[in-house]
Amino acid sequence: MSEEFSRPVAGHVPVLRLGDVLLVTLQGDLHDSTAHRLQQDLSETIARSGVGGVVIDISGVEIVDSFLGRVLAEIAAQTELLAARTVVAGMRPAVAITLVELGLTLPGLRTALTTEAAMELLAQPVVSSRSGGRREESP
Amino acid sequence: MHTAAGVEARLPIRSDMDLVWVRQHVRQAAALLGFGLVDQTKLVTAASELARNTLVHGGGGRMEAAHVTTTGGIDGLRLTFSDSGPGIVDLDRALSDGYTSGGGLGMGLGGARRLVHDFAVDSAPGSGTTVRVTSWVSRPPRPREGV
Repeated sequence: MSEEFSRPVAGHVPVLRLGDVLLVTLQGDLHDSTAHRLQQDLSETIARSGVGGVVIDISGVEIVDSFLGRVLAEIAAQTELLAARTVVAGMRPAVAITLVELGLTLPGLRTALTTEAAMELLAQPVVSSRSGGRREESP
Repeated sequence: MHTAAGVEARLPIRSDMDLVWVRQHVRQAAALLGFGLVDQTKLVTAASELARNTLVHGGGGRMEAAHVTTTGGIDGLRLTFSDSGPGIVDLDRALSDGYTSGGGLGMGLGGARRLVHDFAVDSAPGSGTTVRVTSWVSRPPRPREGV
């Protein structure tokens, strides 16, 4: 299985492991099939490796349409079920403006401005919003 | 204008690879016509939504891109997506957010409409769908001369 993973395939997005985090860098224009494949690859890798976090760097992505937006939201939801957290890093301002106008605010998605900030975010202890537990609100 | 060559195009939409070509062409054409980065991004995103509709719901079709100008000399980019698929039965419903017949998020048609300046759909059950969108290159407002 891990062999399958390292084989370079056309339309394949490499997933790098950095300690407890999987780092994925999306670049340029993604085919739908590539995005779907990444979605599958990621869940399998998380389940196999037991990492606690995923960082998806989209600073090289020029547009996020509703398809890619949905894939990102689904990846975040899947990783949550597999006891990991996903942070989407580096969204371009024009992409953020367009997503809001499109009507896709992706409320469940954690974001960070840079990959570095995303790694820091994942290094912080988990605050579960799901259990309705204590969440520190600023006054 | 000398931009027609890079703007005018007729592209097939038959696979997800074609969606990539559509996005690349719209990006290039919008840049050529002088659209700013945010407006380029909106146009490419709208094109991606509409092209995907053509592919998924219309069973494939094509996109035509054209350079248009107003009488006032403002440049615009017109994109026409057409298919000969089953057509849209309830257009109002198809344009509403959250409605989907294809397993998506249901933001495609209504979302695309918000990303462009002009939007027109021509569709009837059994006779395919044509969606035509146009955006205009916006210029920063400036005081009228002689005021």
